[in-house]
Amino acid sequence: MSTLRASLKPFAFVAALGAMMVIQPAEVRAESVLRVAMTAGDIPDWTGQPDQGFEGYRFVGWSLYDALINWELSRSDREAPMTPGLAVKWGIDPKDNKRWVFELRKGVKFHDGCALDADLVVWNIQRLIDDKTPGFHPVHYARYRTRTVNIDHAEKIDPTTVAIYTKTPDSLTPYAMSMWYMISKCAAEKVNYDYAQYAKAPAGTGPYKFDRMVPRERLELTKNADYWDPRRVPKHDRLVLIPMPEATTRAAALLAGQIDFLEAPSPDTIPRLKSAGMNVVTLPYPHNWHYQLNFVEPPFNDVRVRRAANYALNRDEMVDMLGGVAQPGYAIYTPTAKLYGNPVKYLYDPKKATALLKEASCYPCAITLAISTSGSGQMQPLPMNELVKAQLEAAGFKVKLEVMDWNALLDVGIKGREKYPQYSGINISRATQDPGYGLLRFVTKQQWSPAGGNWGWYVSPEIEDLTKEAMATFDDEARDLLLTRIHEIASRDAVMLFVTHDLNPRALSPKLKGFVQAQSWFQDLTQIVVGN
Amino acid sequence: MWAYTARRILYAVPIAIGVTVICFGLVYLAPGDPVQMLLPPDASQADVEFLKKLYGFDQPIPIQYFKWLARAVTGDLGTSLQTSRPVLGEVSRALSNTVIISLGAVILAFSLAFVFGTTAAYFVGRPIDRVVTGISVIGVSVPNYWLGIVLIIVFSVELGVLPATGMGSNGSDDFTLTSWNQLKYAILPIITLSMVPLGIIMRSTRAAVAEVLAHDFVQTLRAKGLSELSVLRHAVRNALPQILAVMGLQFGYLVGGSILIETIFTWPGTGFLLSKAILTRDIPVLQGAILVLALCFVATNLVVDLLQTAVDPRIKRA
Repeated sequence: MSTLRASLKPFAFVAALGAMMVIQPAEVRAESVLRVAMTAGDIPDWTGQPDQGFEGYRFVGWSLYDALINWELSRSDREAPMTPGLAVKWGIDPKDNKRWVFELRKGVKFHDGCALDADLVVWNIQRLIDDKTPGFHPVHYARYRTRTVNIDHAEKIDPTTVAIYTKTPDSLTPYAMSMWYMISKCAAEKVNYDYAQYAKAPAGTGPYKFDRMVPRERLELTKNADYWDPRRVPKHDRLVLIPMPEATTRAAALLAGQIDFLEAPSPDTIPRLKSAGMNVVTLPYPHNWHYQLNFVEPPFNDVRVRRAANYALNRDEMVDMLGGVAQPGYAIYTPTAKLYGNPVKYLYDPKKATALLKEASCYPCAITLAISTSGSGQMQPLPMNELVKAQLEAAGFKVKLEVMDWNALLDVGIKGREKYPQYSGINISRATQDPGYGLLRFVTKQQWSPAGGNWGWYVSPEIEDLTKEAMATFDDEARDLLLTRIHEIASRDAVMLFVTHDLNPRALSPKLKGFVQAQSWFQDLTQIVVGN
Repeated sequence: MWAYTARRILYAVPIAIGVTVICFGLVYLAPGDPVQMLLPPDASQADVEFLKKLYGFDQPIPIQYFKWLARAVTGDLGTSLQTSRPVLGEVSRALSNTVIISLGAVILAFSLAFVFGTTAAYFVGRPIDRVVTGISVIGVSVPNYWLGIVLIIVFSVELGVLPATGMGSNGSDDFTLTSWNQLKYAILPIITLSMVPLGIIMRSTRAAVAEVLAHDFVQTLRAKGLSELSVLRHAVRNALPQILAVMGLQFGYLVGGSILIETIFTWPGTGFLLSKAILTRDIPVLQGAILVLALCFVATNLVVDLLQTAVDPRIKRA
């Protein structure tokens, strides 16, 4: 018996092994999750046009939605250009310079299965400009109003072609379309255009689909495997967006392995993050940290004083203070921007600054600057403003900083110098990737506050003429030459006190591969591979 | 007792109304505009006016206030300007999150403070008293946001034994106190939050028990041959109403949420909610949260008063 048992042992072993192989389930691949800590204090609105500044567009907007025109974010070596999105082609009607024709991409489906067609695009245009359109959302309307103000209406030409009419000739219309998200009309209709309900099941065409949300804590999106652009199908299964406004907390969470990707580490945490093996990436992008000046009240109504202020700044010292995560700002655009041209470079020259002040009979020259304690894109506003004050005073200015919270500063910015003549300048940093809002709104008379962003009422007949010409020039290269000239004149006239451009630092866990930082406010997270 | 309770609840109504009036006034005194934060920085004044009209902020403040009050008494605290979600839901979710760490902090602080405070009172003037007094001074003096960051660095970053932020890998939706995987997220916020109440309750306990121990009746108890433990029990019982009052106040403060602690730990409680609402001028959330928190504070004090009556029958609530 025992011999029989012994001889059966090998068979029993093989049988057991076989049984184990049968029972063993197929290997389950763990879900790969990318966890991002945003600087926002809350989850950006995901029902269409996001809030929370461009961070909302960067993480929520471009993940769930597409626009007719998207941004090409796959390269680091140039300023990100626009690229076909839900429209494959667009152009101005040769017979009517207020009519743009967009040819739509065929076969695109929303996350809820609704098809993209001309009717849907027309509805999406109308719902942001016409309060009679079903689905008009006042908050979305107001949030995007600065970019819709010159859009008159849209109409269907055929099932895959749409015409969009502007009120005046506007060669920058494609920029307005490049952040105008298309949401599913079917999903909105299904909930009777109630956006609180739509928020529970939003549908775009983007590379991620909505999965779940915990109010104020996290938004979870999953990979859209059927995304229309196969190059941008996410290389991870889930994207978790976590609002985390405190910079120290974001750094600690990355070091503790609770997140994988963080926005805007504070300069003092960067050495620690690097020493722990985190990848800290920086790159120029269209950001301008500056002061808009008051061109009506003295002393900045005198160009010599404006130039003196620009010569008084030691921007390298500012960059050092920021731990190298910024670059000196000598103009509205960064040197790698296509509209940079050849502006005056106000290199640090305190003697020249003092001489200019004396020449302008403003020595010491008293100025009051309105600044904030924090805010979108404001970097480290308090120490930066203190340094600017010290440098200006060393050259002969007498600077009073009026510190207020972000909302109060926005109020000063929106109402303009007429309402707040006591301020010589305001410190609100801006995104400059769209020439209309990065450049023209600061220098044209049409934009004088409170109608627009020209806070201090700068005016130049030369720029007025060039702007008119640029708006009616539909050849991109020719238009960009005109805009470059405007940028050079703005620099010559010292329309701002130029200080610095942020280098957009981010820190990534070493287990992330494949992230390419674009020279843009927007970034493509889809290419990130999450390792173990 | 029931009549007293009902009367106290009635007293809460004018207190709550007073709080809302002050809150309304203060919010509007601050510069800036409630709808501005819904708009990008490049918005025009026309856009601001459009939204103000839409949300009724163009109406006189007293009219806005009475309209809000009329809705609030029916339980409708309005809708958040920023998130378009009902304020009541936002506040109750935040409040339940804050109560977790506030209650934890008070229990921790009270337990330690009671033991150490009583010990210090018993050994007044001796080295152990000095140590306890020193601890209570440190507890009150150390900035708790600094302590929070230090604890994160030590326990989350360097030792990796506790998480640094949040309420768990799925957020507060799945948070439960019965699972260590979730509970561990509350440990550091609780310790950080407990430091100030620890110092205050410890000091109050020491003072109250020491005062009772100096009374003549304590000498009588000893003369009658009671053990020192029994003497101490009598002393503590006499000091308890005073300690409970301090503890109730501390709990009330903590339920209001600590803006700094909740921001550092990304703990989605009332402090986090209020700080966001203040910065974004989310007036409906501010008003709703302050009203609910004021009522919580009143309720906490009521509970403490009732407890005091229970432990010390000499306190009459006629």
